[in-house]
Amino acid sequence: MLEKALEGSKKYWAWVFFLGGLAAVGCYFYLQQFMFGLGITGLHRDVTWGLYIGQFTFLVGVAASAVMLVIPYYLHDYKKFAKIVILGEFLAISAVIMCILFIMADMGQPMRVMNILLYPAPNSMVFWDVVVLNGYLFLNLIIGWVTLSSDRKGIAPPKWIKPFIYLSVPWAISIHTVTAFLYAGIPGRHFWLSAILAARFLASAFAGGPSLLIILALIVRKVSKFDPGKEPIQALGKIVAYAMFANVFFLGLEFFTAFYSGIPGHQHPFYYLYAGLDGHSELVPMMWTSSVFAVVSLLMLVVPSIRKNETTLVLACIMLFISLWIDKGFGLIIGGFVPNPFEEVHTYWPTMPETMITIGVWAIGFLVLTFLYKIAVTVREQTVGVEIEH
Amino acid sequence: MSMDRRKFLKVAGISSILGFGASVASARNYAGQKGLVPPQVDANKEALTAKRWAMVVDMSKFKTDEDFTKVISACHTTHNVPDFRNADGSIDRKMEIKWIWTAPYERSFPGQDNKYMSEHMKEMPFMVLCNHCDNPPCVRVCPTKATFKLQDGITMQDMHRCIGCRFCMAACPYGARSFNWTDPRTASNLKADLPNKEYPTRTKGVVEKCTFCSERLQAGKLPACVEAAPAGGILFGDMEDQNSEVRKIVTNTYTIRRKPDLGTGPAVYYVIGGGDHA
Repeated sequence: MLEKALEGSKKYWAWVFFLGGLAAVGCYFYLQQFMFGLGITGLHRDVTWGLYIGQFTFLVGVAASAVMLVIPYYLHDYKKFAKIVILGEFLAISAVIMCILFIMADMGQPMRVMNILLYPAPNSMVFWDVVVLNGYLFLNLIIGWVTLSSDRKGIAPPKWIKPFIYLSVPWAISIHTVTAFLYAGIPGRHFWLSAILAARFLASAFAGGPSLLIILALIVRKVSKFDPGKEPIQALGKIVAYAMFANVFFLGLEFFTAFYSGIPGHQHPFYYLYAGLDGHSELVPMMWTSSVFAVVSLLMLVVPSIRKNETTLVLACIMLFISLWIDKGFGLIIGGFVPNPFEEVHTYWPTMPETMITIGVWAIGFLVLTFLYKIAVTVREQTVGVEIEH
Repeated sequence: MSMDRRKFLKVAGISSILGFGASVASARNYAGQKGLVPPQVDANKEALTAKRWAMVVDMSKFKTDEDFTKVISACHTTHNVPDFRNADGSIDRKMEIKWIWTAPYERSFPGQDNKYMSEHMKEMPFMVLCNHCDNPPCVRVCPTKATFKLQDGITMQDMHRCIGCRFCMAACPYGARSFNWTDPRTASNLKADLPNKEYPTRTKGVVEKCTFCSERLQAGKLPACVEAAPAGGILFGDMEDQNSEVRKIVTNTYTIRRKPDLGTGPAVYYVIGGGDHA
């Protein structure tokens, strides 16, 4: 099926070369980082993780969200998702690839990264994250490929793939739980030391991932002859609404614990992010943008007439995605480091090379996504009207 | 199970590519032990040993700025700690690496100040460094065992195994760890020559921190900071030995530790009171 990614219109190739160009620029700046060291970024000894780890964390959520299609379709026999489950699985593949690339970009000594496997340390959450992320990549590759190949031939997928599909459900939960455990078990980082962090991660993942899927499905409808259908998109919209409600609720719980308990260490990061601390309020506009977008998009999704209109639905999804990107891809990481263990505020802002590397990784991810979606869409176009039996 | 030659070579080849053969075996040796015993070809008879190394910093003995700077420079010279400076000579905060330094009381012991405390007390400088915790979060989170406990309580850092993921820096509640954001040999003090040729240089992209001068202890010498401090300013000894000076002070006088409520079990104790700074 791979050959289907190699034939396309002029517009398809223009898009591919555009992404390829961005990826090349990213690679150029990565080489500079490789030669000079991570000092090329805005990081320092007080804020030691930034944009790269934020993107990683956010994208683990996008990857995990494929389960929001797998559960209704395979566990509840919701047939309407038959043709778009593959979009979720392929999105998961490209998201995990981006996760791995962001981790690599963040390593001080990337050439030594195999030390994680040479000297396995099961007490480190990183070890488990490597295991679950690679496992999830493998699961989605095999499930996506096998089911799509069967669809193409108009036959039911082999029975042996079913256990892999069922396994992918708890596995998706595990990748985001383990990612939350990277943060939630660290003493002295008050912002992260919260029992609800993993639940928050899952809620934001199940809102952010499907909202991206809605946007992607509408793009697919526009640029190809494959129509993902109105009903599945509406079903996804409801999933996004429920998950976003849980996410906003969970964030509210964090505020309650920090401010009702009155413990200064727990309040400081919230002050820094939402009001400013010690005269530093660099992130305040961003965080409030996130909050406003979260509330507005949630309201839009809850009101049936707005959700049912695809134009307003996609607008809500874009706002929601931006909101969650700021909250999880940026604020969450920086809030853990500011103030530092000495309760001093040392701020962080990404540098130009760091931003270009980040854009480069996203471009590679979208390139992979483009190829995968091209394959999936071509198969769907060729089998229009054929019922899918999974 | 029988295995023909061909099969054996296949398995051996694959496992050596994956590095499993050696690593699994070596990991097993250390399993269940409390800490690592440094492998030595021939143990040095003069080496200083302890069941549990610990430090008592008596702030009352530090009287002048020079008392502090002497300690810091002794440590940083001994360990070739890079000194990155801005064009105007000030410390380059973006690149900064430090093993031992001073921080005001209210910063070193957050939550233990109060609004009626004099500015003088709040601003009183304290020597801060790695606490060589009993239960170090940095060791718990390290994915490569590049940071690990020795049996004598020292939290070690292997700068040649570290992959530079900086998880330990996120985990340390004391801000004791530094990262080489670029080649340390480009720092002003290391450019021409290393201050101490007996201590290894390191590469960019790895984490480093205080090691309680484990290399000096093995050579029978006290940590560099202990030697450079004013008399009685920094005491170093075996906390498990009832007759050691550090144990007697901790048993008989009031000492404080940084963030003991986190359960890390810091091994650096502070004595306050007396002196010009109190």
